[in-house]
Amino acid sequence: MSTTHAIVVDKLSRMFGAFRAVDAISFDVARGEVFGFLGANGAGKSTTIRMLCGLLEPSSGRAEVDGVDVGRDPEGVKRRIGYMSQKFSLYERLTVDENIRFSAGLYGLTGARLADRRAFALEMGGLKGKERVLARDLPGGWRQRLALGCALLHEPRIVFLDEPTGGVDPVSRREFWRLIDGLSRQGTTVLVTTHYLDEAERCDRVAIMHAGRLAALGTVAKLKSTFDTRPIVEVRAANPVQAMTALDAMPSVEKTSLFGTTVHAVLRGQETTAEELSRALAEKGVHVEAIDPVLPSLEDVFLDVIDRAEEAGAA
Amino acid sequence: MTGLWAVAIKELRQIRRDRRTLTILVFVPTFFLFLYGYALNFDIRHVSLAVQDRDGTPESRALVADFARSAYFDVVAAPESDRQIDALVDRGTARAVLVIPVGFARTLGEGGSPAVQVLIDGDNANTATTVLGYVTALLQSASFGATGERPHAALVSVEPRVWYNPELRSTVFLVPGLIAFISMITAVISTALSIVREKERGTMEQVRMAPVSTTAFVAGKTLPYLVLSQAGALAIIAAAMVFFDLPMRGNWLALFVAITLFLIGALGTGLFISTVADTQDVAFQAAAIVALLPTLILSGFIFPLSSMPVVLQWISALVPARYFLVALRGIVLKGLGLEFLWPSLAAMGIYALAVYALSAVRLARQ
Repeated sequence: MSTTHAIVVDKLSRMFGAFRAVDAISFDVARGEVFGFLGANGAGKSTTIRMLCGLLEPSSGRAEVDGVDVGRDPEGVKRRIGYMSQKFSLYERLTVDENIRFSAGLYGLTGARLADRRAFALEMGGLKGKERVLARDLPGGWRQRLALGCALLHEPRIVFLDEPTGGVDPVSRREFWRLIDGLSRQGTTVLVTTHYLDEAERCDRVAIMHAGRLAALGTVAKLKSTFDTRPIVEVRAANPVQAMTALDAMPSVEKTSLFGTTVHAVLRGQETTAEELSRALAEKGVHVEAIDPVLPSLEDVFLDVIDRAEEAGAA
Repeated sequence: MTGLWAVAIKELRQIRRDRRTLTILVFVPTFFLFLYGYALNFDIRHVSLAVQDRDGTPESRALVADFARSAYFDVVAAPESDRQIDALVDRGTARAVLVIPVGFARTLGEGGSPAVQVLIDGDNANTATTVLGYVTALLQSASFGATGERPHAALVSVEPRVWYNPELRSTVFLVPGLIAFISMITAVISTALSIVREKERGTMEQVRMAPVSTTAFVAGKTLPYLVLSQAGALAIIAAAMVFFDLPMRGNWLALFVAITLFLIGALGTGLFISTVADTQDVAFQAAAIVALLPTLILSGFIFPLSSMPVVLQWISALVPARYFLVALRGIVLKGLGLEFLWPSLAAMGIYALAVYALSAVRLARQ
């Protein structure tokens, strides 16, 4: 197909018995793009990634990764990609250096290339001087960078990161995303799954999966534009649940969702003002502390997309 | 075969740092050899013997001396009456009684076969049979002292001769079984645990994402264990030769071939278990049931297969240790060459192929 695309997915499906884990999804990922893959557990993210990595055969449809058909040449795909999972799958009883050498051995790296790439991984992970430390003695953030380094040893043009920041402190997470941005600038394509929506904001494009289907796909800005005509207000009330119930009963409110101790209400149009809402709530005996328009977050988008997908599925 | 050596070297490094696996591979086999080697001994020594010599001749005294000299009997009493004999046996002071009748020497002198009476406490049938065996052997070889004369007519008409293990020492019979048993434990458990551990920790998934074939991964994974358990098995044999007088009558190459074939099958069994079990606990239990019990019970290690019900004999055809024992005893005790051993070796080879094929099918599905 196209050489400008790192990944091309066309009506890809995977069945497990009668269960359709992935249902005819199609999308492209451009070279150098950071592509976010979102969805609840069981939405089909992992199954999709396993197919794209050549680990699981598609039941139907096709996918090309770096120009290689995943169904026909899974081993060819494996040579071209890097993979790092949420568990930072390192050998705990091996040292930093031994883990690097093992990963290099899996991809057949030897001699000068091995020395070169080993130096790269140590440098990138800030692991110089830690070569002889056992992997299990490294703090989470360091382990994560070591795992990423191991996944990049063979200089793959596409890397798959499966929840790479799970269980890592916020500072390390930010540092890790700086590494991802760096990779992308050098032309490496990054497909990343995450549960952290603040991380997803940093992706060039985001796909949201629900029940095996692509429920939404686009840039973060484009996904948020759905709220241009449906503004969101944040309601701070003494009793958020009572406020939610009252808001749901109003014709001007499309839907509500709980955000921590506040309630986000999606309005049906731009005519309704915060003051009107506040008055209406007060009439119903809800004590409102504050009510402000807010910019939509990716979390609003995510919940909205899932809601709509479920309505469509139920209809 | 990219990755085979990477996996093998990584595995060796892990084993070096993993005390549990090292213990299973190195310490446990030696420990078991001594534990079972000394505990599992069906020989009976120092049987307390009462002797009533009613003949009182040099010939009869020579016979008594033969019993006293042997390591199997300790002469503990010389009862005068039958009532005393009863009392000695009832109290357990004597487990066996030898009664030499009047006229023993005369019958011998006339070229006849004098009868002696032997009473054995039969409360333990196994012991009684063994003791009876010792008595018979001693009576046949009795020198009859000063006369120096063997009777023309045999004392007993049957002259059994036990080959390869003339003294019927049970260690010689048991040690090959022990080697099979111990090798099976170490090989099956260590392989199963090492692969299941990778599943548990998620490192397996990582390796599967690399362009490494299942064959290379499995070979790289099992090769270090093959070498280590080969070394372990040979060490047990060497220790058995030193400490348990195990003879080594055959060819070391034949021995090496038999051990290697057996271990490949055992490692394959461990591999197969690892494709079924998802946690180390389950793997350990499965290994115990699949590998240890049949090896202990259905291999001919302790219980002769020929005396088992036919159904169990059929089942035992699936137990690789059965063939290994035949081969091992053949090599070590009989000095047989490959021309006699090939059916056992072929059976072990078929078993190994079968478990690897089954594992490959299971791995491909995952």
